[in-house]
Amino acid sequence: MSPTESATPDYWHKVVDCQWACPAHTPVPEYIRLIAAGRYADAYMVNWHSNVFPGVLGRTCDRPCEPACRRGRVEEQPVAICRLKRVAADNKGEIAERLPKAGAKNGKRVALVGAGPASLTVARDLLPLGYHVTIFDGDPKAGGFMRTQIPKFRLPEAVLDEEVGFITRLEPELKLGRRIDSLKALLAEDFDAVFVGSGAPRGRGLDVPGREEAAANIHIGIDWLASVSFGHTTSIGKRVLVLGGGNTAMDCCRTARRLGGEDVRVVVRSGFEEMKASPWEKEDAAHEGIPIHNFLVPKAVTHEGGRLTGMVFEKVRAEYTNGKRALVPAGEPDVHMACDDILVAIGQENAFPWIEGDCGVEFDRWAMPKVDETTFQSTNPKVFFGGDAAFGPKNIIWAVAHGHGAAVSIDRFLSGADIAERPPVAMAMTSQKMGIHEWSYDNDINAALRHKVPHLENAIALKDIRAEVELGYDAKLGYAEARRCLNCDVQTVFAPKLCIECDACVDICPMDCITFTADGPEQDLRTRLTAPAVNLEQDLYVSPALKTGRIMAKDEDVCLHCGLCAERCPTGAWDMQKTLIEIPQAGASCQNR
Amino acid sequence: MSYLAKPKFRHKGLEQNALGFTHRDYEGAISTLCAGCGHDSISAALIQACFELDIEPHRVAKLSGIGCSSKTPDYLLGQSHGFNSVHGRMPSVLTGANLANRELIYLGISGDGDSASIGIGQFVHAVRRGVNMMYVCENNGVYGLTKGQFSATADTGSKSKAGGINADSPIDLVSLALIAGATFVARSFSGDKTQLVPLLKAGIAHKGAAVIDVVSPCIAFNNHAGSTKSFDFVRAHNEAVNRLDFLEGREAIKLDQAPGTVEDVVQHDGSVIRLHKIRDDYDPRDRVKAMDYLQQRHAAGEMVTGLLYLDPEPRDLHAGLNTVKAPLNRLDERALCPGAAALTALNDEYRAG
Ligand SMILES: Cc1cc2nc3c(=O)[nH]c(=O)nc-3n(C[C@H](O)[C@H](O)[C@H](O)COP(=O)(O)OP(=O)(O)OC[C@H]3O[C@@H](n4cnc5c(N)ncnc54)[C@H](O)[C@@H]3O)c2cc1C
Ligand SMILES: Cc1ncc(C[n+]2csc(CCOP(=O)(O)OP(=O)(O)O)c2C)c(N)n1
Ligand code: SF4
Ligand code: SF4
Ligand code: SF4
Ligand SMILES: [Mg+2]
Repeated sequence: MSPTESATPDYWHKVVDCQWACPAHTPVPEYIRLIAAGRYADAYMVNWHSNVFPGVLGRTCDRPCEPACRRGRVEEQPVAICRLKRVAADNKGEIAERLPKAGAKNGKRVALVGAGPASLTVARDLLPLGYHVTIFDGDPKAGGFMRTQIPKFRLPEAVLDEEVGFITRLEPELKLGRRIDSLKALLAEDFDAVFVGSGAPRGRGLDVPGREEAAANIHIGIDWLASVSFGHTTSIGKRVLVLGGGNTAMDCCRTARRLGGEDVRVVVRSGFEEMKASPWEKEDAAHEGIPIHNFLVPKAVTHEGGRLTGMVFEKVRAEYTNGKRALVPAGEPDVHMACDDILVAIGQENAFPWIEGDCGVEFDRWAMPKVDETTFQSTNPKVFFGGDAAFGPKNIIWAVAHGHGAAVSIDRFLSGADIAERPPVAMAMTSQKMGIHEWSYDNDINAALRHKVPHLENAIALKDIRAEVELGYDAKLGYAEARRCLNCDVQTVFAPKLCIECDACVDICPMDCITFTADGPEQDLRTRLTAPAVNLEQDLYVSPALKTGRIMAKDEDVCLHCGLCAERCPTGAWDMQKTLIEIPQAGASCQNR
Repeated sequence: MSYLAKPKFRHKGLEQNALGFTHRDYEGAISTLCAGCGHDSISAALIQACFELDIEPHRVAKLSGIGCSSKTPDYLLGQSHGFNSVHGRMPSVLTGANLANRELIYLGISGDGDSASIGIGQFVHAVRRGVNMMYVCENNGVYGLTKGQFSATADTGSKSKAGGINADSPIDLVSLALIAGATFVARSFSGDKTQLVPLLKAGIAHKGAAVIDVVSPCIAFNNHAGSTKSFDFVRAHNEAVNRLDFLEGREAIKLDQAPGTVEDVVQHDGSVIRLHKIRDDYDPRDRVKAMDYLQQRHAAGEMVTGLLYLDPEPRDLHAGLNTVKAPLNRLDERALCPGAAALTALNDEYRAG
């Protein structure tokens, strides 16, 4: 196969599985090393630069990085990347001085609709550049769903307030409590660009007989959670049914447990395994004594004179035809569950009743705005979308990533640059060699399994809706967990001209990554390596022909980045070099940094 | 060398042998030799050979003398028996161990200094007695451990790292083994595991004195221009006469190449050595011709590698001495110490006549 174009940042970036998987491309191993070194504030700043809400995300992130983490392929479980972020946030101390300041005004005005993570990221990126940023939100406080949906026992308000504060101190014009009900009117004001970060605010309802009659005790999950969050709702019946299998359902049931629900059950149509909720959310619900009943489809609400008495479900089973699943009646008697309240958490939708048909923003046949996936621009060049509003409900880290991307576009758009052309990814590579077998990173591979995050006892946690359930790693546990990281950004860089083909690297490599063999097409090469290279998502690093005519092929899949190949190489043909990859943010194309 | 222990993590897709082990279960302590040393590659080849032969590590005894090469038994088969003896004395210690317990697999691991200088007498006697062992000489042409003096296998005219020229004649361990009556003789190169691993497997399975001379570049003291044991020189002058596959058991013997270029040699125990001939006229069963050929090619400045001589029906030391079949540690006290009467009877045997 053709030799690896290893000079491209993307090749090396992909080797850092966590950073590649993170929508905001947070340099994970870099901050984990800083945590291990006790440099929490530095670790925090690395995070803050990329993902804007380290304290929030260290508690709530969907963590797409963790299933990608190499450690999971090497032993059983990935590094607790997310909870380590929290260690940095909890221990950072005073960092205000390190935050950017609002830039001298450049005279350009940008309106942001919604004050969720997407808009707040746009604001953070644009304010230091001198843009005048106005943020509108119908809610009285900034934060979006991070504030109104995520329960306080998962995300204490102080943590959110602090990180929202790091942005509001840059002095955007905040127009809270002001819902935008006409895009046309907004465009008529003198804004140079508009960013729509209004989220996916509508909870899907349930249409079954009896629903209208018993409406007083049937609540839409996200509306109910918002009402709890604002303190309007403070209690619920003793017996609660939560319908739905996603993370909203998990937050509903756990909140219900804290507001007086004693017999709280989750009921899902699908099987337990296929539920959308993250495994750890399901675990936490189970730990709080909440059973999950599966394969039950809601059929009717039962009531007595308008008072809710329960719900009837039809039992179903999964049937697979051509790999497609269908839920078919199981042929068993219906199930009735008695309850006092029902929380409906069966999905969220976008809604743009305030965007008029004639303001240049086109919608597709699913009533979603037509938005470019790279530039976030809509069909009206002045209007950009991001977060849940752009492509449907996702999560905070995606909202942040969209925010960065949209800010780059807005900055370029308002500087007269072509927004389709994106500023290049920056990469620095530095050798980690300090001596014959001394490296400036810890290459002694730690064998410990993933450390559990301590939790508050149920007896205390269930009494107080504001008591944070997860206690987080303390410094000692944080250090222990940080040591599990394999430093995937410290890359094995091969210099073919120096290699004398002595095999020393092949012999020492604990993971059988390296092979010297005859060249061939990739498919064939993958079968001829020291250990089979079956993970097609991971690249082969391939050299040009060496002295004997063979090539060096390294399977990146399970490399431990232990550096033993480089320690063993007599000629220095292997070197361990740290790649620091930086995804450009707004201003990068105009500034030198 | 490295200070760190090799991580315990391993590739999850590693092949397992009949015992359920992966090749990593045959590793030893981490090597303290110089980075890139040929000896480490030979250790890796030995690990691979034992893995492929499904050998139970505790059935192996590794014995060595003194030298970098003689340190290597520590870097493989951590679960087997080991004896690091004095300089050049490994063959005697191995012979003794073999007499005491004939059921173990004996690996004699030595260097060119250990075998061709101080231990040359020990070496030839162990070979001529037909001790059932595989004797591996990791041959780098220098005393590596004592910082690179020429050894007795250094070629005349070869240049030391400091610039000195060797005036003495070299000792060729392969020729010496042939003369002394070894029943399995091979030469290989640490940098060519595809050739080396099957040779080691066949050598381990051979039930007699098997000698393998493995040229093994010394990265620190003998890998420069002017050396005849450097990676570049060996690669340029390596003349392989054959390549082989070692097959256990008679089953599945099917030739996949044109006759004439492939030949199966069936061993006494039923195992098969399949020779892929590179030189068609080379017959590894003809000892005299082999010696002749080796001298010719040596005179031409080439280094012959491959399986050079094989007697498929070897005889070993125990057969010659008619020793007891069981290892001594399985005999009871009565058998080992038959008493004064038995001693008298034995002495009387010698007095008679
Ligand atoms: C119950 C629940 C729990 C969740 N838990 C997690 C979690 O643990 N981790 C995670 O990563 N994600 C979680 N999410 C998803 C996450 O909250 C969202 O994906 C994320 O907040 C989207 O950010 P956003 O900026 O696009 O919009 P939002 O955060 O939704 O913010 C949109 C804001 O726009 C305002 N707005 C809407 N329309 C208008 C208008 N016309 N005028 C003015 N203002 C308007 C809204 O009031 C709101 O404040 C959860 C979602 C729910 C429902
Ligand atoms: C009786 C005795 N004499 C001399 C020495 C010094 N000595 C140690 S190793 C060695 C030579 C080893 O050479 P070789 O067997 O080729 O091993 P290498 O280090 O080259 O692998 C010598 C002479 C010794 N240890 N003991
Ligand atoms: S081991 Fe560390 S650097 Fe590698 S993917 Fe996991 S967290 Fe990232
Ligand atoms: S760093 Fe080198 S020796 Fe270590 S696992 Fe990766 S390729 Fe193998
Ligand atoms: S250790 Fe170095 S010189 Fe030897 S084969 Fe590997 S890369 Fe090449
Ligand atoms: Mg030597």
